[in-house]
Amino acid sequence: MLPSILDGIFNGLSIGSILLLAALGLAIVFGLMGVINMAHGELMMLGAYTTFVVQNVFRPLGEPFSQFYIFAALIMAFIVAALVGLILERGVIRHLYGRPLETLLATWGVSLILQQFVRSVNWVMIAGLVVFCGLFFGGLALLRRRADFEGRRRWFILVLLPLSVAIAFGIGSLLSNAYGLTVTQPWFGAQNVDVTAPRWLQGGLPIGNYQLPYTRMFIMLLTVLCVAGIYFFLNKTPWGLRIRSVTQNRSMSACLGIPTQKVDALTFALGSGLAGIAGCAVSLLGSVGPNTGQNYIVNTFMVVVVGGVGKLVGTIIGALVIGLIDYVIGAGILAFAFSSIQPLADFFTFFATTSMAKVMVFFLIVLFLQFRPAGLFPQKGRTVDA
Amino acid sequence: MARQFGRRRFLMYGSAALGTSVLLKACANGETTSTSESPAATDAGTQVAASPAASGDAIKVGVLHSLSGTMAISEKSVVDSTLLAIEEINNAGGVLGKQIQPIVEDGASDWPTFAEKARKLIEEDQVVVVFGCWTSASRKAVLPVFEEKNHMLFYPVQYEGQECSKNIFYTGAAPNQQIEPSVDWLLENKGTDFYLVGSDYVFPRTANTIIKAQLEAKNGTTVGEDYLPLGNTEVAPIIAKIRSALPNGGVIYNTLNGDSNVAFFKQLKGAGLGPDRYPVMSVSIAEEEVKAIGTDFLEGQYAAWNYFMTVDSPANTKFVDAFRAKYGNERVTNDPMEAGYISVNIWKQAVEQAGSEGTPTDLEAVRQAAYGQTFEAPGGTVTMNTNHHLSKTVRIGEVRDDGLFEIVYATDGPVDPVPWNQFVAETQGFTCDWTKTDEANPGKFKA
Repeated sequence: MLPSILDGIFNGLSIGSILLLAALGLAIVFGLMGVINMAHGELMMLGAYTTFVVQNVFRPLGEPFSQFYIFAALIMAFIVAALVGLILERGVIRHLYGRPLETLLATWGVSLILQQFVRSVNWVMIAGLVVFCGLFFGGLALLRRRADFEGRRRWFILVLLPLSVAIAFGIGSLLSNAYGLTVTQPWFGAQNVDVTAPRWLQGGLPIGNYQLPYTRMFIMLLTVLCVAGIYFFLNKTPWGLRIRSVTQNRSMSACLGIPTQKVDALTFALGSGLAGIAGCAVSLLGSVGPNTGQNYIVNTFMVVVVGGVGKLVGTIIGALVIGLIDYVIGAGILAFAFSSIQPLADFFTFFATTSMAKVMVFFLIVLFLQFRPAGLFPQKGRTVDA
Repeated sequence: MARQFGRRRFLMYGSAALGTSVLLKACANGETTSTSESPAATDAGTQVAASPAASGDAIKVGVLHSLSGTMAISEKSVVDSTLLAIEEINNAGGVLGKQIQPIVEDGASDWPTFAEKARKLIEEDQVVVVFGCWTSASRKAVLPVFEEKNHMLFYPVQYEGQECSKNIFYTGAAPNQQIEPSVDWLLENKGTDFYLVGSDYVFPRTANTIIKAQLEAKNGTTVGEDYLPLGNTEVAPIIAKIRSALPNGGVIYNTLNGDSNVAFFKQLKGAGLGPDRYPVMSVSIAEEEVKAIGTDFLEGQYAAWNYFMTVDSPANTKFVDAFRAKYGNERVTNDPMEAGYISVNIWKQAVEQAGSEGTPTDLEAVRQAAYGQTFEAPGGTVTMNTNHHLSKTVRIGEVRDDGLFEIVYATDGPVDPVPWNQFVAETQGFTCDWTKTDEANPGKFKA
């Protein structure tokens, strides 16, 4: 009996910790900045693909090193996702602060673009993009030195844009004609790719009749580290203080000399980086594909909403509770617990498959939000300026 | 402010939009050449273009599979083998002296898209036949289209049966050619306690209904069943339930489809449920999937199919060699790929016997001519029955350390297909025969 309870708690917590890892970045971005980031799942996907790439880079290094690729992958996944998040914030989201619905639509578009990007990315596309960005933005930067730049800005763009598009396109088609498949072959393609966990993460720790998988333990440890890191960062560092103050009152913070734009960018990059780490973690459990992120996005929003927007502790409790409930219903423990009361047992047996458990969890969340619309830990006092 | 939205700005944004659309179009072109036209497809395409096809003197056929999404892992290879069969036939002079021109469409693992693309192939491209679909959900989605248009689909994947459409030729296994014999074999060799795991859609649910009825009839026990939404990877509750339902080991019958398999086998191994005590019998995992999931996680597990790459026959050697010559030496062949290859050849033979291409006017002649066609397939001789299914040999394989299957069981010869299941109460005794014009409904009647 004891091992089975242990096993239950372990499994529930492990589902919860994956939810938490995925929701942590979202909670920061959604909770602290009021941005509904639909591309969060795709940032996870980028982290997962980064893991795949790092794994393949480490493979030729041979035995002892290739087994530790996961640590490099975690760092790289964080960096790649944070960089993409930074570009996203600078390019799109900063124009949309205070308009949550617009951020939803814009980031949803970004998520579709990212999905298609990993399906079709190849050397020609990269070369074209680099050439285009170099010519267009480089050209603009050069022209900016002219005194009459602001006045003629539109004309410069009018000339530069089609010119750099044409040159980029020309170079792309030249490349693909010259080298054929070697440059036009997609890096990843539409098919899912597979990340193999290092050997020391395969298998599990035997406890009685049960075995606790090492990958799950690794992910739980990672989650604890991430939560502790975020807590430390937000509460003990100067930039954390700035983030919290901008969250509470943007205009007052600006008056006091806090660079709010830098804070926004930093917060978004941080949230995105956490998504990257989550992507790296989930790649150990399943396979990696363009749709990987979509499997998680609904669950992560669920966690953030149940926890209470803007509260880290709410996100943590929300994720663990949802994970536990999901497991308890899905694994038929409730059906077992109520086996003495026949109708209740039948009721829970009906929901005791993984896909029906999802229905039940959704239902419970809807019910819960009827009683506590602001979540477990509602934001008190002044709300986010969104 | 108002002046800023004048002509200049309009011009600027207009040209920007134009430039962007040119760029996007370039990317989109690059994408179609790279995804839907694998190296192989490009070959086939150029070959067809050089042939009379371009001048309109070609027979257009549709190939409809998921080239993207969760099912692409499995379906893309069927496209490859279908195109191989078409190329072989074209190189040998084509059908009725005409070249076959394949039109490949992507169903994107999305059932409404499948229906849409099927309609497009039939109405716009005017193809005479469609080869395609993998999941039963996609087949169920296109079925009304094919019946409404009275058109023809060759479906290359094993399925749950309980269907017998006049407009579909099923070249994969019916349940009695895969599921039933594998359950019998498990009962005889691996134990009587079964746990059923499947994706949550029509194939696994129907297959499990059949298995449960069969186990009941043959003194086996179903200790539990569980379903996972397609594409979901959270299998921890399932593994825990398996362990509590089968504490001392037992048989796991796996009807998961697509990527969920990767998560299932990875986490099964992590939880310490090995093939020695928990043998898994899969019906949707073949050589291609083993390669993608990783042999580490699958060694010692079982799969039931009609064809394995390791089948020892001259026809198979020829098939594998031709496939590898076209697509590269690291590629593997599997059952649905073989069925895709058979589909094209059976269709070709029927067209030649009927002396006409088929749709839209004389689909009936081709359909009649298809009955009784035999083909020396890589997996052994197959025959098209009047119930639109093939007689095929049944095999069970165990995953070896090289990712291929050791054939541990095979029937002596082809097994005749039974689309309406004889274990399930509501279809017991029903049969299907599309030559019985005297029957009110030749698709389902009591013999």
